[in-house]
Amino acid sequence: MAYQLDLGSMRYRFADLRTLLAKATPLRSGDVLAGLAAENAQERAAAQWALADVPLKTFLHETVIGYEEDEVTRLIIDSHDAVAFARVAHLTVGGFRDWLLSDAADSHVLNALAPGLTPEMVAAVSKIMRVQDLILVARKCEVVTRFRNTIGLKGRMSTRLQPNHPTDDPSGVAATLLDGLLYGNGDAVIGINPATDNYQAVTRLMCMLDEVIQHYRIPTQSCVLTHVTTHIEAINRGAPVDLIFQSIAGTEAANASFGVSLSILQEAYEAGLSLKRGTIGENLMYFETGQGSALSANAHHGVDQQTCEVRAYAVARQFRPLLVNTVVGFIGPEYLYNGKQIIRAGLEDHFCGKLLGLPMGCDICYTNHAEADQDDMDMLLTQLGVAGINYIMGIPGSDDIMLNYQTTSFHDALYVRQVLGLRPAPEFESWLMRNGIFDDRGRLLSGGQLPAAFAHLQVQ
Amino acid sequence: MSEQESSVVVNAWSNLRQFTDARIALGRAGTSVPTAALLAFQLDHARARDAVHLPLDMALLQTQLTSAGLESLQVQSRAHNRLVYLQRPDWGRRLNAESVSVLEQRVAAALSAEGVDEGVLGADERLWDVAIVIVDGLSSQAVQAHSAAMVSRLATAFDQSGLTLAPVVLVQQGRVAVGDEVAEVLRARMVVLLVGERPGLSSPDSLGIYFTYAPKVGLTDAARNCISNIRPAGLSYEQACGKLMYLLLEANRRGLSGVQLKDESEVEPAQMLTSVNRNFLLPKE
Repeated sequence: MAYQLDLGSMRYRFADLRTLLAKATPLRSGDVLAGLAAENAQERAAAQWALADVPLKTFLHETVIGYEEDEVTRLIIDSHDAVAFARVAHLTVGGFRDWLLSDAADSHVLNALAPGLTPEMVAAVSKIMRVQDLILVARKCEVVTRFRNTIGLKGRMSTRLQPNHPTDDPSGVAATLLDGLLYGNGDAVIGINPATDNYQAVTRLMCMLDEVIQHYRIPTQSCVLTHVTTHIEAINRGAPVDLIFQSIAGTEAANASFGVSLSILQEAYEAGLSLKRGTIGENLMYFETGQGSALSANAHHGVDQQTCEVRAYAVARQFRPLLVNTVVGFIGPEYLYNGKQIIRAGLEDHFCGKLLGLPMGCDICYTNHAEADQDDMDMLLTQLGVAGINYIMGIPGSDDIMLNYQTTSFHDALYVRQVLGLRPAPEFESWLMRNGIFDDRGRLLSGGQLPAAFAHLQVQ
Repeated sequence: MSEQESSVVVNAWSNLRQFTDARIALGRAGTSVPTAALLAFQLDHARARDAVHLPLDMALLQTQLTSAGLESLQVQSRAHNRLVYLQRPDWGRRLNAESVSVLEQRVAAALSAEGVDEGVLGADERLWDVAIVIVDGLSSQAVQAHSAAMVSRLATAFDQSGLTLAPVVLVQQGRVAVGDEVAEVLRARMVVLLVGERPGLSSPDSLGIYFTYAPKVGLTDAARNCISNIRPAGLSYEQACGKLMYLLLEANRRGLSGVQLKDESEVEPAQMLTSVNRNFLLPKE
């Protein structure tokens, strides 16, 4: 169905909902690359105006990718909860924005609404929201998940300790791991990107992280970020797998380019559950996403990159993940050109994920070929902190020496906790206090000496 | 700043830096990064930014390959300069028309040398077992520093395994997928692509190798295997060559590559066997 709008002497016409969504998207290089972006600023403004008038119900019968051709579309339509949707079923996209900003949409109401929303509804409303809207509404959402600790509570912000090493050297990994713990990081997960997919190397890292967590009784979970099929194999061979990782995207074809499908993810999820390794909860999937991945795989079906991204959250939602991480600036300048585009994308992803009921984190990051720097990351970090992000990454000095990009540092987490009064996950915070890393008011102890629990590690 | 004035808390575990190049034990000013560490980071970022835009000296690389006894051809992707390259990955994945004909002419010459009429060669028949493709990618520094030595080592290994090698193809402004097109035009059964990985703050010279069995235009990453971080402080040429030969011979045996082909080599990387490094966080056995 076509959409049109008269503005002054100009008549704007948009062939279908997919085109309207793309044209209404705030400018980003990936949509230009795909040939989907608005031709000029006025066309974008007109598309936003037209989009605001589209009833939310429209998204249930006009799909952006056909039901028959894409399993993600089938998942979205088949799992839609009409009862939950009833609360906003009478609204247009514009009216939905107003309602989200109103006091009627509180934490409890938004939580109940989540299964009634489709990714395309959420993507649509985000396109007509300013940064402050994205922050305000996301801040009202509370998505709490559990495995060995409690992540996502109000007033808390967790971190993934990311002790990557270019050759997976055990001492190199251990050195970064200890540094991170002593800076109060690691409650979301201790997660390594391995240098290879080699079974022996991956399994060795899984065992190493498990032994450290058990030895020091750290209330957290481990993950080695290898392909989901490698996790399944590792589980079959008896490796200690806490979280199961996979990169996912918003179309069946893009997921196929990652070597996964909904059925493979289901198999992995069930394999993880069978181990029963969570002590206080069963959320064990860890997904990473990022705008531009579907286009990168030439599998976007003419859908703009932000809408594709939100469709990936429908895939994530199916498997009750502990953590979802939008790796916002990793993909490069051909998708998100500069700091401004990265910042907005990070806030959109967090908002959209939270509204759909996901435990959103963000890899606040950039590469050396993007037009971005540390100042841009500080802005996104602070804004996501205000918006109530569940977790961020923690890397020594912002420099990932394995993946060759810059993300948030151990110090960055301490900064945002300090200025916004945020605390780690409660179980992990208690551990930090018991082990002399934090004082009883949650501040870092000196760092000038090793805490008692680690004093034996004086390395010659 | 004198010692007395310093507000910096120095970490007691700075000796752990011997185990990693990661920026650990930075100390802190309040809870923030101290001035010296901050400025060191900014300098490294400036260097990496500059490295992205440094052009690759193709002529020098061809000379090095010739010295190693290897024939090479120079071609270009559809991205005609760096600025376009950074914004149009789709153009970096494909050869321009002129480059395709350069490769087609080389194929015709090879057929004629063997006295084979091109029309007689079946669609599935292959002229060579392996094609090696070198692309600048995002770090010309990595390609300039490592690719000639790496290719020379690979060529020897292929030869020892009885695999025939096509002329080495150098692609300017290329991305990983362009290797599949090169190999398809050359009618090679497998492709090994060397690419400059995007520069990290501490590693502006990291080389990556991508491998595809039965390469053709349109394949995705799921069909490829990757070996990353080849540089003096990362994976050695020898280790990279060992990993690749394992993958390549397995692929050749099973007729596939990518996610279905896992690196199950029982051979430990040499460094793991000889290294005294261990996880010091746990008590000794």
